[in-house]
Formats: sequence, C-alpha cells, structure tokens
Amino acid sequence: MMEWINTLSEWALPIVVASILVIGHFRKVPVYETFVEGAKEGFPTAIKIIPHLVAMMVAVSVFRESGALDMLLRLLRPVFEVLSIPVEIIPMALLRPISGSGSSAVMFDIFQTYGPDSLLGRIASVLQGSSDTTLYVLTVYFGSVGIRNARYAVKVGLLSDLAAAIFSVLVVYWVFDL
Amino acid sequence: MMNVIWLSLLVIGIAVGIATDNMDGITRGILKGAEDGVAVCLGLISILVFWLGLMKIAEQAGLVQLLAKALKPIARFLYPSVPINHPAMGSILANMSANILGLGNAATPLGLKAMQELQTLNPHPDRASDAMCTLLAINTASLTIIPATVIGWRMQYGSDNPTEIVGATILATFLGTTVAVLLDRTFRAIDRKRRRE
Repeated sequence: MMEWINTLSEWALPIVVASILVIGHFRKVPVYETFVEGAKEGFPTAIKIIPHLVAMMVAVSVFRESGALDMLLRLLRPVFEVLSIPVEIIPMALLRPISGSGSSAVMFDIFQTYGPDSLLGRIASVLQGSSDTTLYVLTVYFGSVGIRNARYAVKVGLLSDLAAAIFSVLVVYWVFDL
Repeated sequence: MMNVIWLSLLVIGIAVGIATDNMDGITRGILKGAEDGVAVCLGLISILVFWLGLMKIAEQAGLVQLLAKALKPIARFLYPSVPINHPAMGSILANMSANILGLGNAATPLGLKAMQELQTLNPHPDRASDAMCTLLAINTASLTIIPATVIGWRMQYGSDNPTEIVGATILATFLGTTVAVLLDRTFRAIDRKRRRE
C-alpha cells in the first residue's frame, strides 16, 4: 500500500502537466501563447482576494491572541464530550474550520506527546486529512468573485466540519478495530 | 452570516482582551492577522498564474470538455443548475479531480476559476448561487484520496507506518462529503421555501 501511494502521489503532478502539454500540442494548440493568455488572470485574482482574506485573518487572529479562543474551547468542551470526541482532540476539531496552522499545531502536539501511531495520533491524522479550513476556503472562493451574501454556505461548512470530526473518531475506532 | 461571524470574532476578541487586560494580544492579533492575510494571497499568485495558464491549454485542447463528458452523471447530480456544456462545469470537475488526485496546489486555482464562471450564470452577482454553495460544500469537505501532507508530517514525527491512515481518511472524507452534500441540499430547500413565503 505504502509503495503505490507514494508512487501515485509522486507521479500525479508530472503526468497531469505533461499530458496537458503533449495533448495540447498534438491538438494544434499554440501551447506557449495559450499558457501566457490564461496565466494573465492569475495575478488580478490573487490581488482581489487580499481585502477579504486580511479582514478574516485579522478577526481570527484577534480572537485567538486575545484569549477568547481558549475561553470558547473551555465552554464547548462538554458538548464535544457528549459526542464521544476524545478531550485531547477537541481543540483541534474546534480550530480546524477557522485556522489551518492552528489545527496542525495541535496535531503536532498530539504527535509529540502520544506519537503519530497512537489512537489519538491516528484520529488527529484522519481529521486533518478529511477536512479543510472552511472559513479560509469560504473567504477566498467568495471573495474572488465579490459575493457578499453567502446564504447557507457557512452553516453547511461548519456543520460538515462537526460531522467530519465525529466521523474521524468513529472511522479510526472501526478501521483499527478497537 | 459572514457579517455576524466577522463582527463577533472581532468584538468578542477585543472585549475579552480588555477584560483580561491583554491589550498586547489585541494589537498583535491585528498586525499578525493582516500580515498573514497578505502573505497567503501573495503565496497564491504563483500557483494561480501557473495553473490558470495550464488550464487554458487543457481547455483549448478540449480536455476539460472531455472530463465533463466522462463525469456527466456526477456533474448532473451535483450541479443540476449548470448546463453540462458550460465552461463552469469543466472547471468544477477539474477542481474536483485535482482534489481527488491530491494536487492540493491546483485545486484552489481551479476552484476560483469555477467560481468566476459560475458568476456569469448568477443572476444576483453579490449573492451566492445554488451551484456556488455546492462547490463550497464539496471543497470545504476536502475530497482527497491521498492526504499527502498528513503522510509527510507523520513521517517527520517518526511514524512506523505513515500511510496506515489512508484508508480511514478516504472513508471519513467520503462520509463527510456525503453529509456536506446532504446538508447543502437540505438548507437549499429550506432557503427556497422561505424565499417563496
């Protein structure tokens, strides 16, 4: 398993890039000119996201640095305990949707303390791999086209994160037969 | 909703900082957050430029349309409001494929391109359309087959078997994405009903 996964993840990028270029060339696409034409859109798109991302990251960072996040973690602890999520995973599950670096920091801490192959280490790995930083994705995607009214997307994103946290715990218990 | 979240994060953060006499934290939070926000965007420039360039070649070569045709049943089911031949569909599916293949770097540019094309179909340019909400739901649920970054970190921390979590991750991602799609459908129905009333 280890081997083919390593091979697949190593080969995916070069194969995709090479196939697009070679097939493009044989289909008579002027590859260089077309690349430059498409690439032009990259810069303005990135610049357009700046105000949205600065706004969101300032809010998240103030919330964290002021100590409000720690208070929230303490407040929500009982809720997660009811959902059978281990206490050590709780800060990670709560951080996952709002801060990618925050949740990986908690994961590193779990790896350091309990080891990556422990039950907690496995749950942390699966949680990190099976979810994304919802608030970041939301800000970047909607920001890039100037959407202000996200409708129900925030609710859906956050509820799915909660589901992902619960599934990570259950799946690890089930797969590793504990 | 965005408004409420943003306002609460800031106001509660500042209030807690004042209450616990942690003025430093507030200042540091503002400066660090702004710096991180700009840094992330600048970091995005390189991958956006590269992948949007490559995507244009794939489009002109008809590869994106081919992908759309191959994944037609999934596309129809997930995005009933997007015409199958519309360029948005191609970008949506390219974004999905990049996620599945573990090309994390490519997923964001392709997702942003999909958003831009969905915006051309959107009758209210400042309100998210149904298809945009679905695209978001699927991307935040992180549809991956190979969690390459996590495997790398596990290796760094001396795991005996860094890839042992792949199976569990795929299963958890699959379940999570299913729930995300179901939630998206449910909230869409509620939203429609409320709008009609």
